Amino acid sequence: MPEASTQRRLEELASEAQGAVAGAAGAPELEEARVRFLGRRSELTSLLRSIGSLPPEERGPVGQAANAVRVRLEALIAERQDALDGAALEARLADDRVDVTLPGDPAQPVGHLHLITQTRRDIEDVFLGLGFSVVEGPEVEWDYYNFTALNMPPAHPARALQDTFYFSDEVLLRTHTSPMQVRAMEAHEPPLYIVVPGKVYRRDSDATHTPMFHQVEGLAVDEDITLGDLRGVLLEFARAIFGAERDIRLRAGYFPFTEPSVEVDVSCFVCAGTGFATGGSRCSLCRGSGWIEILGAGMIDPNVYGFVAERGYDPERVQGFAFGMGIERIAMLKHGVPDLRLFFENDVRFLEQFG
Amino acid sequence: MRVPLSWLREYCDPPLTTAEIGDRLAMTGTEPERIEHFGVPSADGFVIGKVLEAEQHPNADRLRVCRVDDGNGSRTIVCGAPNVAAGQTVALALPGAVMPGGQRLGEAKLRGVVSSGMILAEDEVGVGEDHNGIMVLPDELRAGAPLLEYLTIFDDVLDLEVEPNRPDCLSVYGVARELHAVTGAPLAADPTGEDAVASGDDSVADHASVEIADPDVCPRFTARVFDGVHVGPSPLWLKARLAAAGQRSISNVVDITNYVMLLTGQPLHAFDLDEVRGRRIVVRRARDGERMVTLDGVERTFDSSMALVCDAEGPSGVAGIMGGRVSEVSERTTRVLMEAATWVGPNVLQSSARLGLRSEASTRFEKQLHPEQALAAQRLAARLMVELCGARMAPGTIDEYPGRAEPRVVALRHRRIGALLGTEIPRAEVEAILGRLSFATVPTEAGFDVTVPPFRDADVQREADLIEEIARIHGLERLPATLPARRHAVGRLTPAQRVRRRVEDALRDRGLCEVVAYSFTAPDTLARLRLEEGTLAVGNPLSEDASVMRPLLLPGLLGAAARNAARGRPGVALFESAHVYRPGEAAEPPPLAAASVPADEHHHVAALLTRSAPGTWRRPALAADYFAAKGLVEAMLGSLGITFSAEPAQRPFLHPGRSAAVTSGGEELGWIGELHPAVAREWDVGEAAAFELDLETLAELAPAAAGYRDVTTLPPVLQDIAVVVPESVSAAEVDAAVRRGAGDLLSETTLFDVYRGEQVGEGNRSLALRLEFRAPDRTLTDDDVAGLRGQIERELETIGGRLRA
Ligand SMILES: [Zn+2]
Repeated sequence: MPEASTQRRLEELASEAQGAVAGAAGAPELEEARVRFLGRRSELTSLLRSIGSLPPEERGPVGQAANAVRVRLEALIAERQDALDGAALEARLADDRVDVTLPGDPAQPVGHLHLITQTRRDIEDVFLGLGFSVVEGPEVEWDYYNFTALNMPPAHPARALQDTFYFSDEVLLRTHTSPMQVRAMEAHEPPLYIVVPGKVYRRDSDATHTPMFHQVEGLAVDEDITLGDLRGVLLEFARAIFGAERDIRLRAGYFPFTEPSVEVDVSCFVCAGTGFATGGSRCSLCRGSGWIEILGAGMIDPNVYGFVAERGYDPERVQGFAFGMGIERIAMLKHGVPDLRLFFENDVRFLEQFG
Repeated sequence: MRVPLSWLREYCDPPLTTAEIGDRLAMTGTEPERIEHFGVPSADGFVIGKVLEAEQHPNADRLRVCRVDDGNGSRTIVCGAPNVAAGQTVALALPGAVMPGGQRLGEAKLRGVVSSGMILAEDEVGVGEDHNGIMVLPDELRAGAPLLEYLTIFDDVLDLEVEPNRPDCLSVYGVARELHAVTGAPLAADPTGEDAVASGDDSVADHASVEIADPDVCPRFTARVFDGVHVGPSPLWLKARLAAAGQRSISNVVDITNYVMLLTGQPLHAFDLDEVRGRRIVVRRARDGERMVTLDGVERTFDSSMALVCDAEGPSGVAGIMGGRVSEVSERTTRVLMEAATWVGPNVLQSSARLGLRSEASTRFEKQLHPEQALAAQRLAARLMVELCGARMAPGTIDEYPGRAEPRVVALRHRRIGALLGTEIPRAEVEAILGRLSFATVPTEAGFDVTVPPFRDADVQREADLIEEIARIHGLERLPATLPARRHAVGRLTPAQRVRRRVEDALRDRGLCEVVAYSFTAPDTLARLRLEEGTLAVGNPLSEDASVMRPLLLPGLLGAAARNAARGRPGVALFESAHVYRPGEAAEPPPLAAASVPADEHHHVAALLTRSAPGTWRRPALAADYFAAKGLVEAMLGSLGITFSAEPAQRPFLHPGRSAAVTSGGEELGWIGELHPAVAREWDVGEAAAFELDLETLAELAPAAAGYRDVTTLPPVLQDIAVVVPESVSAAEVDAAVRRGAGDLLSETTLFDVYRGEQVGEGNRSLALRLEFRAPDRTLTDDDVAGLRGQIERELETIGGRLRA
C-alpha cells in the first residue's frame, strides 16, 4: 500500500473507532471496541507490526501517524470508561434510597443544673469577682453558732421569729447561713471577705415557705468597712444579677447580729422602677412600689466580735458588714418562678427549663 | 400592730397620705404589712339625725315609722329597733350610702310605708357588735353633721410589722413619736402626762397590799384602787377605736386596759378587788404543778420557771401573759384593783412558749418594757376610770419597785458615726435627729452624752445603737455607694469547690438533670432500702415522713424518679449533689470546743437512671443497667483525672450480682449498682441503676494539675489480642495480668469485645483487648512487641487464661 493510501486508511480507522467508543453504551461494548481497534488482531496493530516491511523513506511518517492514532484511541476509551463508571455509580445510588421523612436520630439529651445551683453559682461568681472567697459549713449546727454567738442568747425574742428544728437543747438545723460568720472569724483573723452558700431550715411549710431552702451569707471585716461599702457591694451584686440599669435602696431593718441593720430593695426590673406596667396598670411584680425586697444586711454588731475577740476582732479596730439572701427568692424573681415549692418537687419538666 | 390613721393623726399629723406615711415608716424600719380599710367604704351619706316622731307602723307590730330631721329637712324612716324614740339624736344612713358589706342603700317600701334611709345600730357600721338597738348619740350634735365627725366609721388602718427590738412601736403613741422623728411633723403631748384626781381620806394601802416575793421576775409592780365603779358598755368612740385597732369591746373597765395598752404600749390588768382573796397580791414563781384557769377558760399547769400574780390563797394571773378567771371583772364588780407591772422579757417569752399561750400583753412584755412605763399607763387609765366608769380613785399608788432603773446615758463619738456609715453627718444634725427621737444630748469633747428615753431602753444601749438611730433618720438612701479597699483579699474557689463544679458539670454534660431533694426523710424510707444504720432524728419534725436526716442521697432520687414516673415521665436520669448526715461522735459544744461540729456530715454526689438512652425506630433502648451507671462514674472521675477500680461488693438495696464498691488510692469512694428489684418495686420505678460517691474524698484524690505525656513525638505500636479465660476470672484480673506480662512498654489497654461461644468452650469467655505500646526514648517496632507475647501468655496462664491465636 502506498503511503498516501495508508494515511487515508488510518484516518478512516480513527474515525470508525471514535464512533464505536462514543456509541458504546456499557462496559462490554467498550471492551469490544477496544479489542476491535486496539487488540492484537486489530488492523491498527497489524499495520504497526508491518511498518518494518515498508520502504525506509515511508517507515517514519507511517509509524508516527499510526502511533498517534493509537494514543488518541486509548485516551478516548479511557475517557469513555470514566463516563460509563460514573453513570453506573449514579444509577446504583439512585436505587439506594431511604425514606427521608422518617425521624432523625434524637439529639444527645442535654442535662441541666438545678436552678438553685445555677443561681448559687451566679451569686458566687459575682462575689468572687469582688474579692470574696466561698466557704461552707455544717447544716446540723450548734445552737451556740446559730443563735448565741450571733447576739441571740436563749430567750431572745428574735429566736421566736425563726421556727427551729432541734435535735437536742444544743444541736439544731441551722436556720440561716449566719453561723458561719463566727465559725469563719474563729478560723481566720481579719481581714475577712467571704460568702457562704448553703441549705438552711425553718419549721414552716405553706404556700410561701418550705422547711428547707437556700441562702447565701456574706461577710466583710476589715479596718475601715463602712455602711457605704455595703451599699456599693450590694449595688454591684444587684446589677450583675438583675441588670446594669438597676439601683438599690436601703431601708432600716432589724437583725440581732447587725447594727445598723438594713433591708435591701432592688429597683423593679419589670417596670424599671416606675411601678407601672406597660399599658399603665400597676406592676404586678413590685405591686406598684417600683422596688423589690431582696435581702437583709447590716454592720456587724459589736457583740458578735465579742465572741471572737481573741482572734483579733476588736470592734475598736475592725468593722464590717454582713448580708444574707435567699437563693430561691433571687431565682424566683429573676426567672419568674411563681411557687417556691416547685424547686423541691423535682419535676423534670421544670428542671429542663433551666441550667 | 394595727394603727388606725385617725387615732395616729390625733398625735402626729403630717401632710401625707396614708400610703405616704406607710412608705416613710417602711424606710425607717417599721414596715406596713398592708394598709387596710376599716368601716364603711365611704363616709358619704352617713349623717347625724334627730328623731322628731316615732309612731307605730300601721301594718307591723315591731316597726316604727319615724320622722327624722337630717339637717336638710325631715324624712320618713321605718325602724325596727325597740329603743327608738322621739327626741333622740341618732346616726343615719341616707339613700345612696354604701354599707360595710358594699350594698348601696336605696329607698325601700316596708309593709306599705316608704323608708328613705336607715337609723343605725352600732354593728351596722362595724363600730361594735351590739344589735339590740340603735345608737343613741349625745344631744349636742347638730342634725345633718357628718357622722364621721363624731364616730370613726371610716378609716385607714396601717398593719405594721413591728420588729422585736421596737416594743415602743406596739403602741399608737409610739408610732406617732416615730412618725414625728421621720417627718418632723409636730408631736402632740404625751397622753399619759396628766393624772386623775383622787378623792377621799383613805389610802390605797387601806384596800390592798402587794408583795414581790421573787424580785428576779418582777422589777416593778404598781397598783391603784378604784371604787364606785359602774361596769357597763364603753362609749361609742372607744368601741370604734378598739374595733378599728382589731380589738373586741368587752366592758368599759376591760376596754380601758386595752385602750391604754394600744395607746402607750404598756399592758394593764384589772382585778375585781373583791375577788382578790385577802385583798393581797403576791408576785412569785409558780410551784411545779400549780394550776389555774386563765381568762380564756383553759386550765393551765405551771412550773417554777413561770411567774404568777397570786392572792392570799393562790394564783390569780399569769404574770405578763393572761389574768385568771378567779378575779375577772364582771358586771357585778364595783371595786377594781388596776395593775401595771414590769416583767422580765426573756422570762415572759419562755413561759409563753412553754404554756403555748401568747397574748397582746405577752407580745409586748417579752420584748422588755421599761419600769417607767408602768406608772405612766396608770395615770391615763385612772383618768379613764373616773371619766368612763364614774369611779373614785383611792389616794395613792402601791409601787413595789425592786428593779429600780436609772436613765441610761451612752457616750457617742461623732467621729465614729462617719467611720461606720461612710458619710459625714454634721454635729448639729446629729443633735437634731436625736432630739426628734426623744433622746436628750449633752455635748462632750468627742460628741455627746446621750440619755436614752425609757421606752427605747431595751434597744438602745451602746454607741452602735445610737449610730443606727442616726443613720435611719438621716436617711439610708443618702449613703454613698463605695467599694471596700480590700487590701489583702482575693476571691477564688478552693480546689474542692472547683471539683464540685466539675463533677456537677460532667453529669450535666452527660444528659442528667440535677435535683434538690429535702434533707429529711422517713424512717420507713430507710427500712424500704433495707438499711438499719443509726440516723440523726429531728426532735420536733413537721411530720413522721420528714423526721430523720438522710444518711444517703439515694432516697431523694428515688422519690423524684417515682414522682416523675407518676407524672408521665417514667425514664429519667437524675443526680444530686448535697450533704448527708449521720450521728456524730459526742463532741463538746462550743465555746468549750470551738469549731467542733455536732454531726457527721458529708457532701455526696449520686445519680439514678431509669433510662440510659431511649430506643428509636432504628436502635433499641439502652437499659439503665450497671454499665450505664459505671460509664457515668468513668466520665466524671475521668474528667477529674482520678483512676478508680470497681470490685464486687454488696449493699442491701442493690442487686447482689450487679453492684460494686468504687475505690481509688486505697480510699472507698462509694458504690455503683443496679437497684435490687424488690427495692425498685417499692418505688415503682422499674429497672434502675445508681451510684453514690463521697465528693469530699473525690476532691482530696483529684490531682491539682494533670501531668504531660508525650503522645506525638514517637508513634505507638498497636496490637489486638484475644484472651480466653474462665467466666470466674474478671476483666480486671485479665487486664492486670496483661499489664504484668507486657511490662513498662504497655501504655494503655482497651477492652473492645467480649465473646462467648463454641470456639472458646463452655464456661469460658474471650476478651478482646487493644494494647498500645510506647517507649519514651525510641520508636518501637512490631518485633519489640512480638517479643512480649510470650510473657503475656505466661502471666495469663497464672489466672487460668490463654491467648487465642
Ligand atoms: Zn415593678
